Amino acid sequence: MRTTRVLLRSCLLAGAALLALTGTAGAAFADGGDGDDKSAAPTEAGTSFRTATAIQLDQEATAEASTGDYLYWSFPADIGQRPTVHATVKLPEDAARHGDSTWRVDVYDGLRRHQACRFGAQSRTAAQDADTVELSCTLRTVRGWSEPWANDPLPGTYYARLTVTGLKADDLGLPMRAEALVTSSDAGGATAVDGALAEPLVPGAGTKSQAASSAPEDGWASGWWSSRWLWTAGGGVLGALAGIGGYCLTRGSGRPSRVPAGV
Amino acid sequence: MITRHRLAAGALTLLAALTAGLGTAGPAAADDDEPARPSPKVELVLDVSGSMRARDIDGKSRMAAAKQAFNEVLDATPDEVQLGIRTLGANYHGDDRKTGCKDTELLYPVAELDQAGRTDAKTAVATLAPTGWTPIGPTLLKAADDLKDDNEERSRRIVLISDGEDTCQPLDPCEVARKIAAEGIHLTIDTLGLVPDAKTRDQLSCIAEATGGTYTSVRHTDELSGRVKQLVDRAADPVATPVATEGAAQCSDAPQLKSGVYTDREKFGEHRWYRVDVEPGQELRAAVSVGADRAVNRDYGVLLRASTEHGREIVRGSEAGDGRTDVISTGLRYPKPEADGDIDGDNDEGGESGESAAETVCLQVSNSFSAPASVKTTPGLPVELAVDLVDAPDEASDVASFGLGNGWWLLGTLIVVGFLAGLVWGWVSRWRFAVWRTN
Repeated sequence: MRTTRVLLRSCLLAGAALLALTGTAGAAFADGGDGDDKSAAPTEAGTSFRTATAIQLDQEATAEASTGDYLYWSFPADIGQRPTVHATVKLPEDAARHGDSTWRVDVYDGLRRHQACRFGAQSRTAAQDADTVELSCTLRTVRGWSEPWANDPLPGTYYARLTVTGLKADDLGLPMRAEALVTSSDAGGATAVDGALAEPLVPGAGTKSQAASSAPEDGWASGWWSSRWLWTAGGGVLGALAGIGGYCLTRGSGRPSRVPAGV
Repeated sequence: MITRHRLAAGALTLLAALTAGLGTAGPAAADDDEPARPSPKVELVLDVSGSMRARDIDGKSRMAAAKQAFNEVLDATPDEVQLGIRTLGANYHGDDRKTGCKDTELLYPVAELDQAGRTDAKTAVATLAPTGWTPIGPTLLKAADDLKDDNEERSRRIVLISDGEDTCQPLDPCEVARKIAAEGIHLTIDTLGLVPDAKTRDQLSCIAEATGGTYTSVRHTDELSGRVKQLVDRAADPVATPVATEGAAQCSDAPQLKSGVYTDREKFGEHRWYRVDVEPGQELRAAVSVGADRAVNRDYGVLLRASTEHGREIVRGSEAGDGRTDVISTGLRYPKPEADGDIDGDNDEGGESGESAAETVCLQVSNSFSAPASVKTTPGLPVELAVDLVDAPDEASDVASFGLGNGWWLLGTLIVVGFLAGLVWGWVSRWRFAVWRTN
């Protein structure tokens, strides 16, 4: 009976140790993102998909433009990320404006497919006397792989397009200022899917031209790692320990107590 | 077998990641060795019509503001840009419309600017005095001729600065701009209106819209110089120039496309077909955007469809939208399985199965733009088609990453099942011991 108790206790200890290990490793993994934007922030925005200005996550880009321009930025999003595009419009001076204006930010993936926003103020109307408009769009989780028929977000280049959609004609072409910032949160292993793209959805991947600047600073993730490894391995170990515990319970100390020693 | 497959896939992805990592360093270094891109050509077109005399920009005349802006721009022009200056309405004082509408002059020919060139150009600009008519349409035609040459990769840009609408109807400058853009010489026209009235604004923004350019309304000198500098710099940005192609009405006559970016024109409601050969183990990625380069009705859409030569649809991308827009775009991807994949072999549709034969995929681009009857339907809307052929991804065999588990339910289940198995195992071994003892 004592053996059983010892076994059980060691089982529990091992389980606790494993859990602690999972916790720390998970946390360490989640801490991956670093916030240093060493390269100079872009001060221009592109005017089409082809000319979009490449920015990195957490890099604040600015642009001087005219109301009515279509401003494009491109950013890389990798497996397990949930990017949020923030766009701020500094409107032209009140005196020059004649009415309300409606602003909108749209996000497209590397195949120029429109991407849905899970939440965020994608479109907003600014009153005539407003100074700024703030827009945001949070994408769905970027998955490692999806069926070709789905338009789930896949790792690769994303485009953010900022423009005015509703404007009094008199207000067209006034000088404005735009800021764009893409942040991202980690979705964790619960969203890790099987399969991987051979190449991220980066435009021009097949022609090996351009697009180098639009890769994440530390390269694309290979996608094989997720916290599911820890859960599964931990579960396996715990299951094995529980098995030993169960065995000990029914098997007893090795031999029935009424059997005399030496039989 | 599955494990080996997985391992191989893992190794491949790792390799892909490595090559991608190398790739980021590669092209940047390769850029220096590659043959230089053709230098972009920019022409500044300045309205020198009589109305430029008006003193309403920061207390100075519009002409003075323009001259000051030109001086600053000429100093700041990047060396690789070939810059020219053309004037309109600079020479003819008279009232004869016919003569007045021919009044356009190439003040400084399109060339790379050295120090002397900059000074010459500035001197030439300094001599200008507000004079005549506003022949925007004819000037744009001439300006496009100035920029034309044999190089199909060169990007070209016209920056039109004007303070009044065209006085040489019926040649509509907006139609002119659209025609020039449709010639496929990668020409963008950006327009700037100096203290514009409603008509000028409509016309200039129409010209910009027709060529994918931008329109700016200018009320201060610094705005003018800042914007023109920005536009000239923009021309200097290296961008992949698309290749002109012409899609056919049916797949059998369609042009064969490889990886690259293509442009075409498509009328309202027209269907255009292209063909792409996809090898087994390759993935076709196609993205298309159709531009709204004129006034169109509120609702619109685009459909990109990939089908086999026999007409079976493989995959489609579609998008619809409403309201103000520059383009509407969509895309699709079609990974073609390896030829030896026996389960997925039926993708080949009847024909010879597998044998590493490339499959011809027909791409159909159609749009559902419409326009009021007053809007001209020719030339068609600009279409940009990006085609990429890359390695196909490996198939996912499970929804979860490597089929692994996640979460407390998994742990609980494993523990309970493990525990029960242990109980049974202990009981069995106890039973066997008892059996052994009785025997």
